[in-house]
Amino acid sequence: MIEIRNLVKTYGKGSAAVHALNGVDFDVAAGEVVMLMGPSGSGKTTLLSAMGCILQATSGSIQIDGREIVGLPESKLPRIRLEHFGFIFQGFNLFPALTARENVELSLKLKGVSSSQCRRRATELLEQVGLGDKLKTHPADLSGGQKQRIAIARALAGDPPIILADEPTAALDSHSGQTVMELLTALARQRQRAVVVVTHDNRVLHYADRTVHIADGRIANHFEEGRTAA
Amino acid sequence: MLTLAWKNLFHDKVRLVVTLVGIVFALVLILIQFGLFLSFMDTSANIVEHSRADLWISSPKIPHVNGGSPMAESQRWKALQVPGVQRADRFILAWVPWKLPSGAIEQVQVAGFLLDGDMGRPWNIVAGSVEALRAEDTVIVDEIYKEKLGVTRLGQVVEMSGRRARVVGFTHGIRSFTTSPYIFTSFKNALNYSPGMTEKDTVYFHIRVAPGFTPAQVKRSLQQMLPQFDIYTNDEMLSKTRTYWVFETGAGITTLMGAILGLIVGIVVVAQTIYAATVDHIREFGTLKAMGASNMRIYEVILAQAAMSAVIGYTFAIAIAYFVSQGSQGGNAPIALPPQVAAGTLLLAIGMCAGASIISIRKATTIDPAMVFRG
Ligand SMILES: Nc1ncnc2c1ncn2[C@@H]1O[C@H](COP(=O)(O)OP(=O)(O)OP(=O)(O)O)[C@@H](O)[C@H]1O
Ligand SMILES: [Mg+2]
Repeated sequence: MIEIRNLVKTYGKGSAAVHALNGVDFDVAAGEVVMLMGPSGSGKTTLLSAMGCILQATSGSIQIDGREIVGLPESKLPRIRLEHFGFIFQGFNLFPALTARENVELSLKLKGVSSSQCRRRATELLEQVGLGDKLKTHPADLSGGQKQRIAIARALAGDPPIILADEPTAALDSHSGQTVMELLTALARQRQRAVVVVTHDNRVLHYADRTVHIADGRIANHFEEGRTAA
Repeated sequence: MLTLAWKNLFHDKVRLVVTLVGIVFALVLILIQFGLFLSFMDTSANIVEHSRADLWISSPKIPHVNGGSPMAESQRWKALQVPGVQRADRFILAWVPWKLPSGAIEQVQVAGFLLDGDMGRPWNIVAGSVEALRAEDTVIVDEIYKEKLGVTRLGQVVEMSGRRARVVGFTHGIRSFTTSPYIFTSFKNALNYSPGMTEKDTVYFHIRVAPGFTPAQVKRSLQQMLPQFDIYTNDEMLSKTRTYWVFETGAGITTLMGAILGLIVGIVVVAQTIYAATVDHIREFGTLKAMGASNMRIYEVILAQAAMSAVIGYTFAIAIAYFVSQGSQGGNAPIALPPQVAAGTLLLAIGMCAGASIISIRKATTIDPAMVFRG
């Protein structure tokens, strides 16, 4: 699904250069749930953005379904993001003027899904994340956990093969965090979607098929986690 | 995308109100100033526009139609000899004093036309008749100037140029660009009211061109026959007069400047608020980009917001302008609001708001979707 080889990302130039990624090798297989852990500043967000085609890598290779994306012109990237990725952010990034359902519909509309289909799919997804009674509620009137559940519904809405989540539980209390992780991994598995989650939170590690550690812009070690809790 | 544009627009009500106030202010200013300009264009030369003459013969070097001076009527037979001249009717336009019931004096312009011709006649008669002007010392005035001239009813006797004058008709909407109203009467009566003019004088000849001739053709022949006079086509007299009153006096330029000012104010205010809105929603635009929206989709949202603001603002502005225009019709400075101007202003409003979005669009292009992962 994703094959990353010797990926380098350097921010800035000369003496101000920051080497965020120093030759990362990283694969994600279809349908697997991978946790990406590491200390602050280790390059987790950078890696996630690069594989999500949000950030241009400096060198190396990223292949998505066999297609090389490093070095593609900027104008080609939105389409790849639209077709391959769903994003979940630490800060939710919902649209405050839109209701829960409209937020989910928006990502379907970007994909060119017809209005009536959008509505049906969005409603279905919100029901699956337990917000069937909040369809017409605006994000401001919802709790953090509920907002992140809308974001999960939104990320899944366009049926992208890969979900990328950057610290989705960091802004949540531990109970909501658990619920969010549980929903995310369960829905992803049910649909055979790959998920890469950046997290600091040891308590959610058991939702992963695999945990990858990163330090100083390098992959530190790989090891398999049991799927005991899933 | 349109839903997002619409909802974002209404999400921040304070900003929407500020934007709309800016747009409405600008558009009302534009509509009113331009409406004034149009009505200046209209009234400044209405007496020429409605003359039904093909050509005018005047004493040399007049500045505009209201600035003619007397000339000898004796040249008329020469004009009539020119091929293509069907009629050459005398027409007087002269400034004379009018005495109000209070004793105060107003300047008016007496317009004397040949009752047996069909040129230079008053139009829009709403009371009385032109035929009544066959009686001696009779005049037709416009309703708009009733109060100004101290006229209340048909049959009233007033004093003009030191002679009695009986009001035998009213027209509607024949305005004068100057503060001096037109007073219509027969050519014969007008001679009596015009000091220093005799039976052998006129101020203009209105020429009717015979079928098969063009005014330009006949103008050339007339000019050869009467080199001491100036010959104008009706259009030439019209634009000469208009240019003088609307442009040379500065009256029209002022209104156009007002309209342009409105446009500038509008663009600045709208650009400010749209830009502020874009900056406020920058995270949302970043999210949209991260979700795979192309720059085009982002522009779509910004432009849709601009267009929606334009249409809403326009709706208020046109309603206000309509009432102002209606209210102004009885007054001295009527504001014209023809459908073409109303339609044109809608396009202008959309153009103005779209133009004001350009800096926002530039801003949106620079949004780095990676921002969505920060803080
Ligand atoms: N836009 C940028 N310009 C310059 N340097 C950057 C930029 N973004 C990140 N960095 C630097 O690159 C390194 C890796 O940053 P990154 O955000 O990927 O780390 P992270 O593992 O996500 O950290 P955190 O856990 O704090 O989110 C850091 O040293 C950071 O300061
Ligand atoms: Mg990070």
